[in-house]
Amino acid sequence: MFYRQAGDFKKSYREDIQTFPLRQDRWAYYALMLVAFCVVPFVINDYWVSAVLLPFLILSIAALGLNILTGYCGQVSLGTGGFMAVGAYSCYKLMTAFPDLNIMIVVLLAGLVTAMVGLIFGIPSLRIKGFYLAVATLAAQFFLVWLFNKVPWFYNNSASGQINAPARSMFGFDVTGAEAEGPARYLFCLTLVVVLAWAARNLTRGRVGRSWMAIRDMDIAAEIIGVNPLKTKLSAFAISSFYIGVAGALFFSVYLGAVEVGEVFGINQSFLILFMIIIGGLGSILGSFIGAAFLVLVPVLLKNIMVGWLGWPTDIAAHIEIITIGGLIMLFLIVEPHGLAQLWRITKEKLLLWPFPH
Amino acid sequence: MKGLSVAGIALAMTLTSTAAMAELVFPSLSYRTGPYAVNGIPYADGYADYLTLVNERDGGVGGVKTKLIECETAYNTQKGVECYEATKGEGALVYQPLSTGITYQLIPKATADGIAVHSMGYGRTSAKNGKVFSHIFNYPVNYWDGASHAINHILDENGGDIKGKKIALVFHNSAYGKEPIRTLEELSKKHGFELIQIPVDHPGQEQKSQWLQIRRTRPDNVLMWGWGVMNQVAIQEAANIRYPMENFIGIWWSGSENDVLPAGAKANGYKALTFHAVGNDFPVFEDIQTHVVDKGLAAGAGDQIGTVLYNRGMYAAMLAVEAAKTAQEMHGAADITAEQMRDGMEALVMTEEKMSSLGMPGFGPEFNVSCDNHGGPGLGAVQQWDADAGQWSLITDFAPSDMDVIQGLIDEDSSAFAKENEIEMRECA
Repeated sequence: MFYRQAGDFKKSYREDIQTFPLRQDRWAYYALMLVAFCVVPFVINDYWVSAVLLPFLILSIAALGLNILTGYCGQVSLGTGGFMAVGAYSCYKLMTAFPDLNIMIVVLLAGLVTAMVGLIFGIPSLRIKGFYLAVATLAAQFFLVWLFNKVPWFYNNSASGQINAPARSMFGFDVTGAEAEGPARYLFCLTLVVVLAWAARNLTRGRVGRSWMAIRDMDIAAEIIGVNPLKTKLSAFAISSFYIGVAGALFFSVYLGAVEVGEVFGINQSFLILFMIIIGGLGSILGSFIGAAFLVLVPVLLKNIMVGWLGWPTDIAAHIEIITIGGLIMLFLIVEPHGLAQLWRITKEKLLLWPFPH
Repeated sequence: MKGLSVAGIALAMTLTSTAAMAELVFPSLSYRTGPYAVNGIPYADGYADYLTLVNERDGGVGGVKTKLIECETAYNTQKGVECYEATKGEGALVYQPLSTGITYQLIPKATADGIAVHSMGYGRTSAKNGKVFSHIFNYPVNYWDGASHAINHILDENGGDIKGKKIALVFHNSAYGKEPIRTLEELSKKHGFELIQIPVDHPGQEQKSQWLQIRRTRPDNVLMWGWGVMNQVAIQEAANIRYPMENFIGIWWSGSENDVLPAGAKANGYKALTFHAVGNDFPVFEDIQTHVVDKGLAAGAGDQIGTVLYNRGMYAAMLAVEAAKTAQEMHGAADITAEQMRDGMEALVMTEEKMSSLGMPGFGPEFNVSCDNHGGPGLGAVQQWDADAGQWSLITDFAPSDMDVIQGLIDEDSSAFAKENEIEMRECA
């Protein structure tokens, strides 16, 4: 009744294939952008930025990247943490080697470096599939973490093996370093998220995305109709790694400021992002965001409810948090195996017909 | 109606009274879950119980009650950052994260926010240089001191000559475990021993290959920088390859009851460093019993009282409280701010009289902190585990470290940090 297609006429093909064909969706999107860019920066404090928004935005980028590879092209990867580490360490090396280089350029270059590395580790995907590919990418994960621990050049020979982000600014506002204000860091990440999500959305519904999906659905059939598996798989690896590298660079420079590779970019991080896209929805841009939101925001929310409001002991709260999230993941996957994005899609379809479903 | 208004007034009164009542806020970034909980719990209990004791026995610090805000980090830097951001607005005076990784995170953040960090016996060693690290303290001792203490102990046992000996370092492959390497490398040049580095990845539950390597290379001594479950596994593995326990020395974070008990009698003779006294033979424990445990206010299960890490948590809280007292005297205010707390920490003087009056005679060495030395004197001792008696005992006196080697490294590392982050060195009077 309120959410409807009626009266929303399309006069050209262009209008018909736009990302949000429904007027209400479009307005909701514009409103969201307006709030995110013009309202949120003025009302948030450091806690919201550091504990909630930055991890959500940055892990959304990583989830987008993995979704391109796993959700759209069907190549399972457990190397996300390692690729994020490549992004972080190349960001660090670039920041310290070229102090005058703009931080935005550094982050994008870090993404490119990661894309190269992803390309190399993507080569085995031409020969192996499924679980075997997962194991190959798992090897990448362990190798990369080991490499960044082992070779002192990557952390400029610091005594602790940690990397620290020096202060860098955009338009006169610090976005990295200790003096960086919350809103500046938030806007920096938000801009990248919006641009990358827009690019991902358009990539996946264009020729490139269709060839990825063809490979995913049946690689032999795709090859027969003229999709080149080499180019397709490697492009998926490269573009996915670019996203993940950007996420890793932001994770290190803007969010944490100091990073220890084994802890931050370990296998846990790989699994976390894989769970994000599975819960959010494989092969869905929205799903990447929902999945990231679910796994970043729910723990913080539960913790604040149990410790902040109810005053429970922190250890009991931490354990209940783990149990609850595990339970919720199972519940959602039983209710809708295709992820939260599918749940959202079904809700929208039902809403369109409500209250007269016939 | 009348009842409602009475309730309303009562509510308004409680609200205003809580707003007017000053509190000294001590956040505790603890970890009671995860692979490091085995060591995190006793420390957090000790920290919390001492602050409760101060409230119950002394009525707070200088008449102002202390307030503990506990936040669970699971020894994870990401959660540590979240905890820091969540608690810093509550008037936090000093952070003691009990994690080198989190300390590294907090060094720039807390300095910018004007809140002190006290990483007691962990964290960034070069923070000892107060000229560069204005808000970071690591008194009374740091990792590089620890590395030197261990080597000094080996020197003593070998009559001062360890040329050509092989010493292995089993370390947690993180910022924490890597800290001593630089010092050990310098010391190996100075004393002519061979250093073998053996990393163990987080969380350290699987160490078969590392101990196989030790079995093959047969080092004369093994040093360990371990934490959490890694400690227990390493001691068990050492016992399995029949490595002589008296040649196996852990840092102070690898020397608690919880680390040696799983290996049973085979852990007998294992050594670890310490920078404070061990055991529960101090008057303060009677106070804790009467004022905290008997009143049902003990943090945790209360089964850790008097253990090594409980004592250390208590010691950390005691130093924080004493620094707060110093700050109150300096600024003539009972309700101090974070900046005043920092001043108090920088002017902290620990004497035997002070410790005796607190019921902790001889609990730690005497020391004082100054503007350019945030690290104290760096005194440490060696303790040894007696499996039959089930207790640790000190086998050496508190002795200084080799500052000839360490001071140069501290100056080098802190000036590199200052340069990297464009920090101007403070002038110290």
